[in-house]
Formats: sequence, C-alpha cells, structure tokens
Amino acid sequence: MALSRRKFLIQSTLLGCSAAASPLLTPITLAAAPGDNRLVVIILRGAMDGLGVVRPYGDAAYARYRPTLAADSEMQDLDGFFALNSALKDLMPLWRAKELSFVQAVSTPYRDKRSHFDGQDLLETGSNDASGAPKSGQSGWLNRALGLLPDARQETAFSVGTARMLLLGGPQPYSSWSPGADLSMSPQTEALLARIYAEDPLFSSSAEMAMELSAKADSMGGGRAGNAKTLAAFAAARLNEDTRIASFSIGGWDTHNGQKRNLARALKQLSEAILALKSGLGANWQRTTVMAVTEFGRTARENGSGGTDHGTGGAMVMAGGALNGGHVFGQWPGLGELDLYQNRDLEPTDDLRRYLGWALRDLFGMEASALGATVFPGLDMGDNVGIIA
Amino acid sequence: MPTQSDIIQAARFEYGIRPDEARFRGSLLDQLIGEDPLDALVPVESTQARLVELGKLRELRRAMGGDSDAFKKARQRLAVQGAKGAMHSLARMVQNPRGFRERLFAFWLDHFTVSPTRVHEDYMLGAYLEEAIRPHISGRFAELLKAAVSHPSMLYYLDQNASIGPNSVSGQRQERGLNENLAREVLELHTLGVGGPYTQEDVRQFAELLTGLGIGPEGMRFAPNRAEPGAEEILGERYGGARERIEYVYEFLEDLAMMPATARHLARKLVVHFIGPAERPELVAQMAAAYLAANGDLMAFYEVLVADPAAMAANFPKVRPPFEYVATVLRALNFDAETILNASAGDTRKLGQALTAMGQQPFRPDGPDGWPEAAESWITPPQLAARISWVGQTARSYAEDRDPRALMQAVLGDTAPDFLSFAVSGAETKWEGVALLLVSPSVMRR
Repeated sequence: MALSRRKFLIQSTLLGCSAAASPLLTPITLAAAPGDNRLVVIILRGAMDGLGVVRPYGDAAYARYRPTLAADSEMQDLDGFFALNSALKDLMPLWRAKELSFVQAVSTPYRDKRSHFDGQDLLETGSNDASGAPKSGQSGWLNRALGLLPDARQETAFSVGTARMLLLGGPQPYSSWSPGADLSMSPQTEALLARIYAEDPLFSSSAEMAMELSAKADSMGGGRAGNAKTLAAFAAARLNEDTRIASFSIGGWDTHNGQKRNLARALKQLSEAILALKSGLGANWQRTTVMAVTEFGRTARENGSGGTDHGTGGAMVMAGGALNGGHVFGQWPGLGELDLYQNRDLEPTDDLRRYLGWALRDLFGMEASALGATVFPGLDMGDNVGIIA
Repeated sequence: MPTQSDIIQAARFEYGIRPDEARFRGSLLDQLIGEDPLDALVPVESTQARLVELGKLRELRRAMGGDSDAFKKARQRLAVQGAKGAMHSLARMVQNPRGFRERLFAFWLDHFTVSPTRVHEDYMLGAYLEEAIRPHISGRFAELLKAAVSHPSMLYYLDQNASIGPNSVSGQRQERGLNENLAREVLELHTLGVGGPYTQEDVRQFAELLTGLGIGPEGMRFAPNRAEPGAEEILGERYGGARERIEYVYEFLEDLAMMPATARHLARKLVVHFIGPAERPELVAQMAAAYLAANGDLMAFYEVLVADPAAMAANFPKVRPPFEYVATVLRALNFDAETILNASAGDTRKLGQALTAMGQQPFRPDGPDGWPEAAESWITPPQLAARISWVGQTARSYAEDRDPRALMQAVLGDTAPDFLSFAVSGAETKWEGVALLLVSPSVMRR
C-alpha cells in the first residue's frame, strides 16, 4: 500500500518523535472485508412508543387505554391484529416485499426507574444489570462484537454523525465521521498538529481519523449532519465500500405531550432514513439488515396531556433485503390489567438483545456461545429467533 | 505573566486567561460574593414582561390569523430577541473577571436543563437564565430548586403546564389528567439522583402534588381547580391537605433539598464537573456533610471543593465543551463583550453552525440530563475537526498579526510543554501558530 502523505511526514521523523510511541501509527491493513452482509443499528433516543407504532388494534383494551391516540384512520393493517402507524405508510411497499418486520413486547433487562439516560446506556453497553447503574469505562456491545470478527479493521464499523455513540465505544477500532465535516490545512501545520497531539491519545486518535477521513470526504457524499436521511445516505455510501456495520441515532421520541404530531415527526425521520438506506445501497440492500432499537416503551394508557409516559416493554423496527420480512415477531402478552407490567406498561416477553445477538450470529457467523459470553454477558441466547432470511 | 496557580485556577474553574485583563483580586470564593458588575451589561426583560409580550402575540394571532404578516413579523421579532440570549451569555463569559461565577452559572443551568424548541420557549429562556438560575447560584439550593422548577421555562419544557389532576375540577370537566415528566426528572436529575431512594409510586404521587402548577398571564400561577384533591404521600411523608396551595409543593421541594441523597448527588456532580470522572467518595461525603450542616447552603459545597488538593492539581482529565471552549479562545484573543454583543446576524449564525458541528448547539441539549461530562463525548473525529476549522478561521481573521510565542506566554506562562513551544514557533505563519496554540490540549483541557 502507498503511505499517505501525512504518514510519510510522521514516519520521516520530521518531528523527532519516536515512531514506536506514536498513537498516530496504528497500522491499517487492506485485507478483504469480513463477508458481504451488512448491519445498520439505529438508536431511537427518547423511548419510542411501540404501542403507537405497531398498534395492537385487535386487542380490545387498546382503544380503551388510548381514547385520543388510538384513532388513526389511515393506519396500515399488518396482520389483522397489528397495524402500522400511518406516519410509516411509505414503508408499506417494503412490508409487502418482505423487507420489513417488527418485534413487539421486548426490552433490555432495565427495569423500574425508567430513566432515559440509564436506559440508553444499558441499551448500548448490552449490560445485564437491571438497575442500569452506569459503570465507567464500559464498552458498547457492537464494539465487543467487532472483536469477534476475524478480519475487522477500522473501516469495518462506522459511527455516523457528530455525537459519540457509546454503542461502538471500546477497544476495537472503528471509524467516526459526519456528513458535512471537513478539515484541511497545510502539510506543515498537519505535521505540527500531530506533534501537539502525540502525547494525548484522545486527541491524537481523533485527529488522525479526521485527517484520514477528511481527505476522502469528497467521495463520501456531502450534505449537513442533522437530519436522519443525510446520515443514512452517508452510511449507505460507506456500506457500499469497506464498511459492514454502521450506526447512528435518531432523537425526538419522548412524546409526553401532543404525541400524535410529535410521534409522526420522529417516524417520518425513521421512514426517510430507511428509504435512504435502501436507495443508497442499491444491490447491496439485499445483504443488509437494519435494526432500530429504543431504550424502553411507553405507558399502555395515554396520559392526561395527549401523550404517554415512560414505560417498559417496547418495539423494534427492522428492515432490509436480508431480513425474514413481513412478520411481527415476539410473544404478545395482552393488555389486560393483569397482563400489564405493574398495571402500567406493556409486559416485555423477551429480551431485545436476543434479536440483536441472533442477527450478529446469522449475518457474521459469530458463535452463539461467544455472543452470550462477551457481547451480551449473562444473556441466554435461547433458540434462534429467525429474523434473518 | 500569569503564575502557575493562576493558570490552573483559570483552567479548572474559569474560562482561561485573558491577557489584557487585570486578574480578579481575591479567592475563588470571593468571586461569588457581592454584586457582579456584569449584571448591568445588558438590561434583561423580566419573565413577566415576556409573558405579557407572548400574550399580545397570541392576541394578534386570534385577531389577524396565524398567516398574517403582522403576526409573523411580531413572532419574528421575539425569535430574534430569543437568539440574543446566547450571545449575551457568551459576552459575560468572555468579559467577566469573576469566571468562577460564570462557570457555576453554566453548571446549574445544565443541572436544571431546559431545551427550548418553539419560539415562545426560546423567547422565555433569557428570563429563566437571569431570574431562575443566576441569582441563586451561591445561596440555599432549596431556593434555586424552587425557582427553577416553578419557572415558566421549566413548566413548558417538562410539560407541567399540561398536567392536570384527574379528579380536580378542571380534570373532571376536560377529561384531562397527569403528565409525570417533571416529577420524574426532579427526583432523578435535580435532587435525589437516579440511584436515590424513590419508586415509581413516589413519581406518581409527586406528579399529583405538582398539579395546579402552571403558567398564568404574568408568571407561574397555581390553579387550585387543576390540582389533584387531597394529600399525597411521597417518600414516606404526607404533603397537602384540604385546600390545594402551592406551599405544599414548596414544602416538599424544601425537604427534598435537605435529603442526604440529594446532598450526595449534587456533590458528586460538582466533583465530576470541576475535578474529573474518578470516584472520590471521601470528597463527596465531606461536601455533602458540610452542605447539610450549613442548612443547604451551596457555598458550603464550594468551600470544601476548592480547598481539596485535587482542585489545584496540574492534571486535567476533562475537556471544555464547545461553548465553553469558544469563550476560552475568545478570551485568549482579548475579545470583549461589546464586540460579541454587536456581532452581526450573519456572524451569530455562523458561530451557531460552528458550535453545532462541534457537537453543542448552544442551549439545546438533547434531553433534560443536559450536556455530557466525559472528555470522550467532545472529541470525536468530526467534532475535533470542527474545533480545528473554527479556530483556524478565527485566528486568520482576528490574529493575523499576533505573535504566537508571546500569546503562548500570556495564556500558559511557564506551563506550556516544550513540544508546544516547538510547534507554535515552527508554524509557517503567525495565525497558524496562534491556531496551533489554541487547538492544543493545554487550551482545550481543564
């Protein structure tokens, strides 16, 4: 491989620092990418109301619990029991093409305090701790999964957007860049900058990647960060190259108030993101699985202000040509007062980490035993959930 | 030239050194005592005046319609005024020799995060900053808690204005009911902390106690006909009684402020913010005990915090978040309040875009838990690229003739590492040398 100009500058010891000690010198190999399958994980921050998205209209209690929210004249029937929120109707062609599925009544092990922030940490670390108490230095489950990919390298996994994704944080290298980001400077300044950062690994590793990726930025597609469609288009472009795992976040799901309008707005972002992935990935869509997960669901009953409060069991949204599409997976617990968790929330009947784990196993050949041991420690993987075609 | 202790103090507790400023004479704690001359920098419209303006705006919409030019123009005027709040804060951060005061203000604002998304919330924010937060940062925490939780900005943000006791007169008539958002976040974020001794039932009961608290035409208003009738039992105590009154809410907030779990939660947050992420149970316990012994006076926290040896240690595990970093860079370049307050709309917009690219749209955190504390949260590759690009543009525009070596002496004194002196002297132009200095970990870390 050809050395990049910057690496050459550093290696030529222009700056007199020890090459061996420089964190700017992580080797980049050009081995083949690990397989052709692709996984996109979208974190839906703020707790998506699963009951408002995959609507159990066949359960008599639903309309009773949600006197104003249950009405949706344009909702799209899925299977005679569940119907899709009309804000996702642009995804119905995917449902019919068996490229869209859902999981209902799932959650992480997190219980009872219903804090967004601990809930999201648990969702991203994959921890088994029901209290969700954050521990410093915890890595993300997707980072640990990279450790099980024999050929993984920096470009294999991509965090898209400006914010840090705990999901991908950890010892395994991964890439991080945002549409619209840019860094350009003279070669001399670049070399001096590398010197200034050489002894601070946080800065040197980020600066190295910024220079590396900024140089390629033209080929990565422009646009500003900020809307989910742009992030998805950027992710698709990466996945068409050497990247196999991409992740980004969509916010706006905390619908305590005016849920009809606010949930529709967030769903529109999700819908546009999924469609941008499909169109951007072209033929690669057939080898792609998209999994959108959230920290927990919301109350079964609507609250006093046309919204819903923090709950427990929730839903997952999945899409892609590699998916076993056209299903609402999961075991429905019912909405009777005794069926609800604490007479308040949808009872989770399964651990959403099993769906993530089996997807990793089916897409990348990771052993179920290793997934239960390192990626999701303490998780009983059980039988294959069968979400990959 | 600043001494080493000046530099450590300015890094950890202030917004860095401003070369042409006479350093504040007195201790860090002295900065918090007495009047702050910066309070007179800009006249700030009161909460009441702003609510009256918003009332007029609603009136205009009723009379002329939401699509009328008159309404749109009036709304635009309020939006522009709302946007000025960010520049006002930045001007204070840059100009104030009492930097610790500004840092504590930012800390408590983050603790009581509101994140406006609509024009009326945005317009109200400036009054929240100056009335609910700033006057209370060195008094009793209970006063700060009551002021923040009952301010219209918070009542909008955490939906309290939409929460109605289901069995109240209003609730029965309108078939409306509870929204537990504010109750949960007060317990989880503002007082006890998520590990604190409360349950879902306490959240529920507290949400019932809070009903009645809402926004009137001139300020916070307690409406008994929206309040859930009867007493509520929260954390083992009963609050309220026959006649619904706001005093019961205040009584509970007073009790919350004095709970040991609250003292520990606040102490821990201060330590993480000013010192670093490492667990320091002894310091936290010492701070919490001093606070409780002082009847919940925040000064007791600060006294213990700044006296700890870690306060003046020369290692800096934290990274300044973008808004704070921008203020630090502008101080290093001797910007003054006037320049910032008179910035054109275009410059203001560009700064907002730069901050967003750095990962921090000012005053718009993603959730009520505010901005992240971890250094890693602020130096992702695209965020660092945005910092470097902004500093490059700023140095090129405003420091073309600054000698970077002299500037380094002025802001870092003898603490500049040798490799930084080498790099700054080796730059091809002066402004690139200045930029290298300002993007160095010595300036970004604290």
